[in-house]
Amino acid sequence: MNRRHLVSRRAGYFAGALALFAVATPALAQGAVADKWRWLTFLVFGAIISLTMFVTYLAAKRVKSAADFYTAGGGVSGLQNGWAIAGDYLSAASFLGIAGLISIWGYDGFMYSVGWLVAYITVLLVIAEPCRNIGKYTLSDILAYRNNPKATRIVGAISVITVSTFYLTAQMVGGGVLVKTLIGIDYEISVIAVGVLMLAYVLFGGMVATTWVQIIKAVLLVTASIVLVIMVWSQYGFFGDFLSNVIADPKVQARVAQILGDGSKGMSPAELGQRFLEPGLLFKAPIDQISLGMALVFGTAGLPHILMRFFTVPTAKAARVSVIWAMAIIGGFYVLTLFLGMGSAMKVGADQIRAVDAGGNMAAPLLAQALGGGADTLLGNFMLAFVAAVAFATIVAVVAGLVLAAASAMAHDLYVGVIREEHVTPAEQVRAARIATVIVGAMAITIGIAAKGQNVAHLVALAFAVAASANFPCVLLTLYWKRCNTGGIVLGMIVGTVTAIGLVLVSPNMTYPLAVKAAQEKIVTAEADKIAKATTELAAATDASAQDKLKAAIARSDKAKGAAEARITEIGSERTSLMGLEKPLFELRNPGLISIPLGFLAVIVGSLLYRDKRAEDMWDELYARQNTGILASKAAAH
Amino acid sequence: MAQAATVDWKAVVADPRFQALHRKKTVFLWGLMVFSVVFYFLLPIGAAYFQELFKVKVYGPVNLGLLFALTEFIVAWAIAFVYSRKANAEFDSEAAAIVADIEKKLGARK
Repeated sequence: MNRRHLVSRRAGYFAGALALFAVATPALAQGAVADKWRWLTFLVFGAIISLTMFVTYLAAKRVKSAADFYTAGGGVSGLQNGWAIAGDYLSAASFLGIAGLISIWGYDGFMYSVGWLVAYITVLLVIAEPCRNIGKYTLSDILAYRNNPKATRIVGAISVITVSTFYLTAQMVGGGVLVKTLIGIDYEISVIAVGVLMLAYVLFGGMVATTWVQIIKAVLLVTASIVLVIMVWSQYGFFGDFLSNVIADPKVQARVAQILGDGSKGMSPAELGQRFLEPGLLFKAPIDQISLGMALVFGTAGLPHILMRFFTVPTAKAARVSVIWAMAIIGGFYVLTLFLGMGSAMKVGADQIRAVDAGGNMAAPLLAQALGGGADTLLGNFMLAFVAAVAFATIVAVVAGLVLAAASAMAHDLYVGVIREEHVTPAEQVRAARIATVIVGAMAITIGIAAKGQNVAHLVALAFAVAASANFPCVLLTLYWKRCNTGGIVLGMIVGTVTAIGLVLVSPNMTYPLAVKAAQEKIVTAEADKIAKATTELAAATDASAQDKLKAAIARSDKAKGAAEARITEIGSERTSLMGLEKPLFELRNPGLISIPLGFLAVIVGSLLYRDKRAEDMWDELYARQNTGILASKAAAH
Repeated sequence: MAQAATVDWKAVVADPRFQALHRKKTVFLWGLMVFSVVFYFLLPIGAAYFQELFKVKVYGPVNLGLLFALTEFIVAWAIAFVYSRKANAEFDSEAAAIVADIEKKLGARK
């Protein structure tokens, strides 16, 4: 593909993107950003998109070989890669989701954020440097090093595509909902916009552009968070004073009373406030928390799009430096979420946050608007527009990393490695990579639109669970256990993936009509009781204000009863979940506690049952290389 | 990988310096790894089963649970710092010495 061709194609994309926004304008519904201020959001969006497109334009000139496309030619510095890892990892779920959880649930939300940082210790100590020394473009390169290349590439690629698709679906659906909630653009159009932008970056700029999009996004995200937190501190004080303000805040106290219900009787306002800083408001099943923690701490090291980032740096030392930078940025960000979350609990209030989005995702954007002066001010709306634009950039950057990881598994592992058995010209390799990118991108858009309205929140947890149960044991044991071989990798990948997915399919994450029906019937009875009680009181009530209050209460109960009844009708005679179960077979929401040990066991058993001379012969070479990094730069250039 | 084939990997691994480096790295890395995993899981376990302890106030509204969660961040950063110091000071130079030797041998054979 010559340059002029590229430029004209790119111009076409620009026009396409602009047309999308033009189409979007009449289709606007009400979002968090008021109509009057929507131009501000588009202005900030436009500025960010132009900057990233310019970077893509520069990057496209540098992408000539497969190494450029997949790993930016190994020419990314440790510092740059650290920011890019942060950009790849801090998805909308962590940026908006955790601030929201903290604003609604207090301490438990903050505790949840710790695991995301601790995960990088595993990456730093046992994964990053050996993978840099051994790997080339993909996770399967590490597995294929001393095992049967065809077999391990097939199982590796399947697992990589599975993990990436789960993660991708969650991002696309979450992103579509988010853009709709923020600025009111139709769901389908936002999904297509995310997909097209991401394709423009990856297709033309490969890993070079993806890296820069991730860096730009991480810098914007960290800047936005720091500015918001400084504004929060200037109003509520730093650490000790800030927390004193939190527990004294009437909105926080009201929220805790709401969560505790009858349990809050007899508690003083100060006690209610203090309860917000104590564990146990959100998490009721501790074993679930531990299981999720395992998936986070071991799953991150098996996420293909994170592993892939270590092939972009020139040396093991640069890989180490990049994890350390990533830990500083990611950890610093999560500490800030404490102040973002609790700040919005005070400034905005849980009721208002939940009114816009029940999951709390709008806590940080609404906080920005309130800190800037409120919904009617220029600064307030500019800050909301900026945070909304950062959220959008976040989705695009994460999706770009995921698509690249899935496309590399498809093109490099399956097509070049298995189908063509490595007999390809460099030009064919790049073409295969680009075609795979288009396929994965089109798939992401299609799944995003098809999954509209589905609850995809647990898909990210599922991606981590598969990564922790299949990818992590295989990568770890092939690097550190001499006896590990092809049999172990194949069995481990299959058992890890199947048990993680299978356990989720029979877990409480699925919808069980009978349980839903029972819960809704309870609501119907409770609301009917309330209506009966209020009606008797109404007959006895004499003054007008009390009558109005009771009438309003009756109307509210009636509405809640109606909604519950509609839900029951909707369920109809359905009795079983998607898997034909009346109730969960398995009580854990996250399968990690069971599936991770099973994954390890499968690799061990598979290796012991199978004889593979190559795996043993190659061990000394792999071991010497992963520890010393000898010939690593040559392997990357090769 | 023509070059990789000419290296006598068995000899490299048998080299006492490699053995020493490997032993040192294994003890250090897996020691830190086990510590960090145990330390991390103390948080969800504590928050679930030792809530009364987590609620103990230390300073103003600041309680043990909150301090412990913040300590998790500090410990994670400390582990990164300790590892990076150790690797920069010892592992890197020892590995470089072994690599230099192998490359010298490769050069001599050509």
